[in-house]
Parts: sequence; C-alpha cells; structure tokens
Amino acid sequence: MSNWLDTFWAIYSNLVLTIGINALLALSIWLTLSCGLLAMANAAFMGLGAYTASLLTMDAGAPFPVAVLAGVALPTVVALIVGLPTLRLSGVYLAMATLGFGEVVRIALLNADSLTGGALGLSGIPQLTQWWHVVLAILVVLLVLRQLRRSRIGRALEAIKEDQVAASLMGVDVMAHKMLAFALGAAIAGLAGALSAHLSSYIGPGEFGFDRGVDILTMTIFGGIGGLTGPVLGAAVITVLPELLRSFRDYRTMINGAILVLVVLFLPKGLWDPARMRSWFGRRPSYAPTIVADSPSAPEPR
Amino acid sequence: MLALDKVSKRFGGLLVLEDVSFAVPKGCVFGLIGPNGAGKTTVFNLVTGLIAPTGGAITFGGVSLIGKKPHRITRLGIARTFQNIRVFKEMTLRENVVVGMHTHLDYGVPQWLFSLPGYRGAERRAAERAEELLSWVGLGGRASDVADNLSYGGQRRLELARALATEPSMLLLDEPVAGMNSGEKDELMAVIGRIVSRGYTVFLIEHDMGFVMGLCERIAVINFGRVIAEGPPEAIRSDPAVIEAYLGREE
Amino acid sequence: MLEQQLVNALSLGCVYALFALGFTLVFGVLGVINLSHGAVFMVGAYAALAVVTHLAAPLWVALMVALLASGLLGLAIDFLVLRPLRHRNAPHLIPMIATIGIAIFFNSGVQGVFGAENLRFPSELVPDKQLIVAGIQISQLEIAIIVLSFALMAALMIVMRKTQLGRALRAIAESPKAAALLGINVEGLFYLTSFTAAALGGVGGVLIALYSNAVFPLMGQPMLHKGVAVIILGGMGDIRGALVGGLFLGFAEVLSVAYIGSTMRDAVAFGLLFLVLLVRPQGIFGKILERKA
Repeated sequence: MSNWLDTFWAIYSNLVLTIGINALLALSIWLTLSCGLLAMANAAFMGLGAYTASLLTMDAGAPFPVAVLAGVALPTVVALIVGLPTLRLSGVYLAMATLGFGEVVRIALLNADSLTGGALGLSGIPQLTQWWHVVLAILVVLLVLRQLRRSRIGRALEAIKEDQVAASLMGVDVMAHKMLAFALGAAIAGLAGALSAHLSSYIGPGEFGFDRGVDILTMTIFGGIGGLTGPVLGAAVITVLPELLRSFRDYRTMINGAILVLVVLFLPKGLWDPARMRSWFGRRPSYAPTIVADSPSAPEPR
Repeated sequence: MLALDKVSKRFGGLLVLEDVSFAVPKGCVFGLIGPNGAGKTTVFNLVTGLIAPTGGAITFGGVSLIGKKPHRITRLGIARTFQNIRVFKEMTLRENVVVGMHTHLDYGVPQWLFSLPGYRGAERRAAERAEELLSWVGLGGRASDVADNLSYGGQRRLELARALATEPSMLLLDEPVAGMNSGEKDELMAVIGRIVSRGYTVFLIEHDMGFVMGLCERIAVINFGRVIAEGPPEAIRSDPAVIEAYLGREE
Repeated sequence: MLEQQLVNALSLGCVYALFALGFTLVFGVLGVINLSHGAVFMVGAYAALAVVTHLAAPLWVALMVALLASGLLGLAIDFLVLRPLRHRNAPHLIPMIATIGIAIFFNSGVQGVFGAENLRFPSELVPDKQLIVAGIQISQLEIAIIVLSFALMAALMIVMRKTQLGRALRAIAESPKAAALLGINVEGLFYLTSFTAAALGGVGGVLIALYSNAVFPLMGQPMLHKGVAVIILGGMGDIRGALVGGLFLGFAEVLSVAYIGSTMRDAVAFGLLFLVLLVRPQGIFGKILERKA
C-alpha cells in the first residue's frame, strides 16, 4: 500500500503541489472579487513575491522563512501604494487599471536585468518548499478567510460588493475595506509566488503576466465564487484538466477557452454553487412562520 | 439639530439648489416636499456626504458636515433610506440589518480570527438586536429570509430597520411610502410615530400629502431648487406659493 | 535620420491608435473590456492573407475582406456571448471574462488550422516603394497606413461629434437605460458598435501585418497589452484618448529605441503607465465617474 503511495507521489507530487499553489492564487482572487473588485494584478503580485523570495535565498543567503515573509510583505506594500489612487476607480475602470499595472510589473521584471535576470529569469533557485509548507499555507489562508467572512469585515465586504453607496451610508469605510481586500489578496498571491518559486527551480517574467492572470481567474470563476470551496475546487479541476486532455494537444487550449465562455454563459455562479445544488437535490430552504403579513398576492409596483 | 445655511448646488451648468436654508429641530418630524425634480433628493445627498455643495454650510449638532465622507457622517448619527430601494438583495434580512451595526461591532482582529468570546458575544447580541428591529418594523420572524424575496413594501421596511441599526439620532427617509397601498402606509405611519416617540428626529421627503400633513410637525417646500415656504402643516396647506407650485399636481 | 524615426513613429502610432480605437469604442459604448479584440485583429490579418494567397486578390480587396471578416466576427461575439450577458444583467466583469475565453479559443484555433509559424504577405504585394515627400524618405506602405488611419479616425470623430448617430452613441455611453427611454435603438447600436470596432481592428491587423511582415496566431496579444496601455494613458472610453494615446505610445517606443536602446523601449512605456496610474488613473481624457446603468 505504501509502495503505491510512494509511486503515486513520485509521479504526481508536482501536480498536487501545483494544485495547492493554484488554490492559494484562486483564493487570493476570490478575496478581491468578494468585495466586487477584479484583480487582474494578482499574477503580478505573485511574480513580485516569487522574485523577492528567490533573490533573498539565492543572493542574500536568507533563511527560507524570512524569504517567504519578504515575499509576502513586498507585494502587500506595493498593493497599498498602488491601491490608494487606483481603488478610487470603479468597476471596469479599475479592472483596466489593474491590467495595466500587471503590464507594468511584467515589463519591470523584464528590464531589471541585473537584478531579475531579465528575459532569462532566475534559475537555480534552491528547492526549499516542502509539501507540508504548501498544505500549511492553504490551511492558514483558508482559516483566515473563513474567519474573515464571518466577521464584520466580511459582512462589510459583501455589502460593498452589493451596493457600495448603501454600504458607506451604513457606516462602512468603503475605501479602507477595498484596500484591505486588495492588499490581503496581494499578500496571499505573494505567498503563492514565494512557495512556487522554490518548488520549481526556475522563474521567468513570462510566468506572471496576463496569461497567468487569466488562468487564475478561470479557476476561481469556474469553481464558483460563492464560498471558499469553489476556488479550491476550480484550481484542482483546471490544473488537472490539461493533464487529462494531453491527448488533445493543441486543442486543449481551445477547450480551455471554450470552457471559460460556456461556464460564464451557463453556470454563472460557477461549479460549486450551494444554492443550485440544493435545488437539484430537492432540499427546500426552511421558512419561519410570518407574524406580520406583507401585502397579499397582488403584484407590487417597482 | 440639522441646519442648512444658504446651500447651493451646481451640476455643470445647471443650478439645482439655490440659497436653501432651513433647520430641523431635535425631536421633530420634518417634511421636505416639492414637485418632482425640485431638488429634494439632492438635499439628502448633500447632507449624507455623497456630493459636496457648491456653496453654503451644513451643520449637524453644530458640527460641519461638509467635506466629510459618508461613513463618517453616518457615525455622527445620521442614517438614511433611499428613494429607489437599496437593500442588499442577496443577504438575509438579519444580515442586512447587522450591516447597519457595523460601526458598533467593536471587536478587533484577534477576536474574530480566533472566534474569541468577545466576538461571539458581540455577534450574538447583534443578531438579537437585528431581530428586535425587524419585529419593530413588522418583519419579525423573517430574519432568515433573503432580502430579494421580500415584497416592495417589505424592502422599504427593511431599509428602515437597517437605518435604525446604525443607532442614529436623525433619520433621513427618502419617500418611505412610495408605491405602498393605504394599509401599508398607515402601518408605516404608526411605525414612524413610534420611532419619533422614542426620541429620534425624522427628516423625510414624500409626495403623499396625506402622509406628510398627518405626520410632520414642520414642513419645508422646495420648488426649482429654492425654498418657497416653511412652517407647520396648516400654514403650508394654505400658502399661496405652495398651492401655485402644485397646481395640476393634486395628490 | 530623425525624420525617418518620426515617420516610423507616426506609422506605428497610427496602428496603435487604430487598434485602441476599436477597443475603446466597445469600452465606452458597451461598457465592456473586450479582450477578444486582439483575436479579431489577428483574424483580419489571416483573412486578408488567405484571400491574397488563395484567390490572388489585390491588396485593397484583401483589406475589404479583413474589414468584413473581423467585423462579422465581432458582431457574432456580441450577439452570441455579450448579448445574453447583457440581458442577464451580469456584473461588468463577467463579459470581460467571457471575451478572454473567446480570445483563447480563437488564438489556439487559428494556430491549429494555420500553424504557429510566422506567415508573410507575398513581397510583391507589399507597397514598399520608397518616395520622397517633403525631403523625407517614406514608403508607400507608410503613407497608406498614415492616410488610411487618419481617414478612419477622422470619419469616426465626425460621426461621433456631428451626426445624430454619434449623439445617440454618446448618450448610450452616458447611460444605456436613459438612452433607451429617449427612444434610441440601444441594442441595434450595440451591434453596430461591435461590428465597427472589430472591423477597425481587422484593418489594423492587415496594416501591422504588412508593416512588420509577420502574421502569426498570437499577434493580437502584444497589441492587446499596448491597447491597454494606450487606453490608460489616453483615457478610458474616449476616442481622442485612443488617438492621442496611440500616437504617443508609438512615438515613445520608436524614439526610445532609437536614442536610448531597444531594451528601454518597453521601460519608457511602463514608466509612463505607472506614473499615470498613480497620478491620474483615469488617463488624459478619462473621467472618474462610473457610467450609470
């Protein structure tokens, strides 16, 4: 039995750990989406975290925990700086600005040759990430996010997502909460980057650009943004899918694209949608008896 | 309590409010009426900090409201409902009301991160208070329903409960009975009456004359961005300028 | 030498502006970040190439075909994907995500059909005869690009500013619901905008394919990145912004390559972009206000 496990791990460890890393990234996007912001910049934050941590372990000989911490801290600080002017924008304008910011980081990484190795990237990064690091990271992040959701902060974020004007008039400091979601999302993405860099021994600027951002977004949307299960599930499925579709070669990217469109059109809440599943399985939500009746049957004007 | 002094608001080339001055005394039920487009909701938007006045002063309990962000103004004690309802549709009634309590839920990061007793106690009390406020407005027992499933009148009452949750000293109600049938209107009138008897100051905008005349102690009338009359209901009812403004707009 | 660089910059800037124009049209009128714009750009180039190689058509016919092919593709995307999302009242980021999927689909689809290699237009068709205009050496192609781009942009500006159609489009950009209440055929104009924007993209695709002598499946992607930069620089949803931003980017790129070094090309653009994001995130001509429903 343990022989099978060893063989399985020998072949698939990288895949499983990649799922873990992607789950972290999907959760970071979930966080920003949970208050209605779209972070196309999270891939860039991941890149910042990856490079920071790698440079510290490689060039400064820093111990792994310190490097990871730095990999979390730098993107967070950048997010706070960039967030202040850009989070004033709303909706599509903000999405566009984060796209632009992602570009900025990509180009910066590309051009700072002496530091980042430019287009060639960094190779020879010590493979310091253990499987339990990834598991620990996921558990910690899941715990923090779960608790956050149940706190007044989580409630405020959801209110902002629904109607930020109404939320602000109920006493919620909208800007502060958006900054929190943005910066915390950047921190998680940075963590994923730092861990991922020390998993493979190479990172390059091309890995943290638009395509990466799209991948993570697909995972989150596909999995479902209603709760924390969705992003993790989505990460697992989308990471494994190319492996399953190996035989389809060139067409598997096409299928990826088609999946994205189809999910958006037909599964608007993603794969993991508790409400839809409840209706499938026939369980009806419970009703409490009404003490004061609202106006009866006649349709209400709107 | 709330004082507007020569407030004006210009949107591009359009002068929406001009030289608006009146005061809402503490504990009063104050009504703001006027034909459609006269600028009433703009007054609310100015008071709650959503937009800034082009000129004039707005003070609340002596404190200037100008330049303050909306959530700060709410924390000063002003709460508001909306003309086109803005409940949080996908949240339950209870959750909607608890959002209003946001400022008063005082626990810190370690509290919620580790589910400490302080956090749990505060959340439980908040849920209880929410249910209390919901029964107050006549939505008792439905705390777990989703807001989107409520009828129109129910959503208006939910907004009221949510506004009360912010523990304001003054409530701004923007057309609280619009679209309701007479039974609901009477109910709401009673609810507002109860609210006022508890010491809240109520400042409302409404078109329904019966409602306004029956409830308000003082009324200001606005037309084309200017205040054309102010005083108790009997004076307003017989004011010639007011009658002229409403010519052809009999309720 | 400088004049030569200026001509390069102008030509490149025009193509950028043309691309950004379609992009910003959809953004302004439909309120959608259409990330499949790169794909329709690329499809235009391939359509023109196919017509030229298989039907031995002259270049101007190929251009028309590209315009139609891309335009129809853009229309189809709007009708099949964006329209249902509109009717569902989906939050604005959802259509953007869908366009990402469409881009991936077409990029890899074209690669599957035509292969990933760089294809070229037959050299005898490329109008590269050098002319001397006002003492500056300029190729026919560059003249064509500059003239065509400015003509299209001028036409668009005239329509937007001086015609009833333009007024209607601007009203929709302000608030689709209000426009509908005024009796404007909002849905029909959405289709028209999608078609026009994509058609402009297709034309841009052919021009850049001729200019850089390369047609490959992912050619739309770098344009998309530049398009984003142009829109942020020039202002989101504003036609003048696309124009000014596109030309500006073209000049910044060419001049920094010529005078600082090719590695700095993107760095200059990036620096500007970052600065703009920090200081004036809505761009030169942009507004910070969110568009009403």
